Amino acid sequence: MIQLSGIAASNGIAIAKAYRLEEPDLTVSKKEIQNIRAEIERFEQSVESAKAELEVIKNSTEERLGADKAAIFEAHLLVLNDPELLNPVKEKIENEAVNAEFAMRETADQFIAMFEAMENEYMRERAADIRDVTKRVIAHLLGVQIPNPSLINEEVIIVAEDLTPSDTAQLNKNFVKAFTTDIGGRTSHSAIMARSMEIPAVVGTKEATAKIESGALVIVDGIEGQVIINPSEDCIAEYEKKREKYEEQKAEWAKLKDEPTLSKDGHRVELAANIGTPNDIQGVLDNGGEGIGLYRTEFLYMGRDQMPTEEEQFEAYKTVLERMEGKPVVVRTLDIGGDKELPYLNLPKELNPFLGFRAIRLCLEKQDIFRTQLKALLRASKYGNLKIMFPMIATIDEFHQAKAILLEEKEKLVQAGIEVADDIEVGIMVEIPSTAVMADQFAKVVDFFSIGTNDLIQYTMAADRMNERVSYLYQPYNPAILRLISIVIDAAHKEGKWVGMCGEMAGDPIAIPLLLGLGLDEFSMSATSILPARSQIKKLSKQEAESFKEKVLSMQTTEEVVSFVKKTFQI
Amino acid sequence: MAEKTFNITADTGIHARPATILVQTASKFEADINLEYNGKTVNLKSIMGVMSLGIPKGATIKVTASGADENDALQAIEETIKKEGLGE
Repeated sequence: MIQLSGIAASNGIAIAKAYRLEEPDLTVSKKEIQNIRAEIERFEQSVESAKAELEVIKNSTEERLGADKAAIFEAHLLVLNDPELLNPVKEKIENEAVNAEFAMRETADQFIAMFEAMENEYMRERAADIRDVTKRVIAHLLGVQIPNPSLINEEVIIVAEDLTPSDTAQLNKNFVKAFTTDIGGRTSHSAIMARSMEIPAVVGTKEATAKIESGALVIVDGIEGQVIINPSEDCIAEYEKKREKYEEQKAEWAKLKDEPTLSKDGHRVELAANIGTPNDIQGVLDNGGEGIGLYRTEFLYMGRDQMPTEEEQFEAYKTVLERMEGKPVVVRTLDIGGDKELPYLNLPKELNPFLGFRAIRLCLEKQDIFRTQLKALLRASKYGNLKIMFPMIATIDEFHQAKAILLEEKEKLVQAGIEVADDIEVGIMVEIPSTAVMADQFAKVVDFFSIGTNDLIQYTMAADRMNERVSYLYQPYNPAILRLISIVIDAAHKEGKWVGMCGEMAGDPIAIPLLLGLGLDEFSMSATSILPARSQIKKLSKQEAESFKEKVLSMQTTEEVVSFVKKTFQI
Repeated sequence: MAEKTFNITADTGIHARPATILVQTASKFEADINLEYNGKTVNLKSIMGVMSLGIPKGATIKVTASGADENDALQAIEETIKKEGLGE
């Protein structure tokens, strides 16, 4: 029995066998062969097996995620049919009497080098396709298996160094019971995915892949952030009990599903959810979400090779608005650039992507992209309660420009006789310190604010949240952050505007009493955090929380704030 | 040998999906089919060949087919180019 500690990224407890998501050793050595015919045949068979495997993956991806996401596998299949790749491999086997693995590796490397040398970023990405396909063929030649998460058909716990969006897209929730990874934090992609899939996860264990063998029995405790490998009978029994207790608590929370979020003293706040795709709506409804506080539209643009059309976007927005049945839906316009790349935009690499050409900065320059999205949103507006939010606003002027474009597009639609809702609120994300400081002026022109804490913290502390060496500076409860939040809320309320928060902080049990005291109106979080948050708020007094405001804002350190909150509110 | 010239009008040129469809179409025929652009000639049955040309909007391309079913092949390719809105 071995125990690892990590970061509790998604609540719950799971006990199942480990499935290691990793690359096998595909090292190839050069060998001289005697029977050339047989070697070519072995090569052809491996290509056929790789094709059959890709067909299965393509079909299962298409079924679960749509033809769009399956297109990449169609491209891989074509590469495996490409005479310009296959013939040179066979010629090499024949002319040089070398093994198929080696001939494949050498030939593919030439193509990879050729594509990688191309100017166009899209073409450079094609090198990755060839690399992927080559790996698959070589794995068959070597008789090793490449893990295929889409083919999992028994209950497992995924063990990986980290999970990429394409890995998680292939996971089937019926069989994947939990994740554990070596790297990552609460805001990393794998953690966010685990919460949206509503499965437990422990990330950042540093040594999950080093310690967990494939097929070993593993317990993932996403509440305490513990991973137990090969547990004893007693330990399993103990965790079974813990799991039951957690399920009971979940059932308690579930009773709050249709209740309004009221504090002990009757103050009402809204608990909304952050979503990435229309598929997330079911989870929001199941967890009693009172609205969507952040719809991250960039997922519509990612993992594909061209822009989504206005029609595709319209359908997605309409679905979300209709399914929320008149509850507020805050849609954030395209927040791309920086670390979230779209290969088909061909943007140059930047030295400081987080401080670079991204989000609204990109939309104001590439207006065709922005206008298409706004048109789709405006057309969808009549199907529900739409609010539009611009990301990364740093100056009042940026907001005016963005809003002017929105109004132009609206006017065009109205002129064309297309119905557009009249009462669409237009707000901004507050994630840049300049905007928080100028909140009193912004409050005069916007309809609402939503504080994006992940970025606000990284920009205020000047600490890259992806850089582990400065991760100690990621301090949500630092008085500097709390003061900025307080400035924004006070400024908005003075102008009669509302303030939401859509970072991870909004669902954090330690932050909730603080935010309630500062007067936050809307808390937007992962769907699974909503019911625990509602249960917590019901036990809090707004008046009491507010009475600590001055005291907390004049504290010196994060530690001081945390220990005060824990003691005062018994967390 | 049959040949035909096309002007590419699609905004994205010929890459990704359009290239996939063209290669799939060409692969159905016995004839040797080549694609010529900017002084370079590639096998139209090769996805990597076609993509390596990076054909942009406004390009003029020449398709040649030689073999028993060369005329059918060329016709099918022309239909695909028009149907997919790639060019004229």
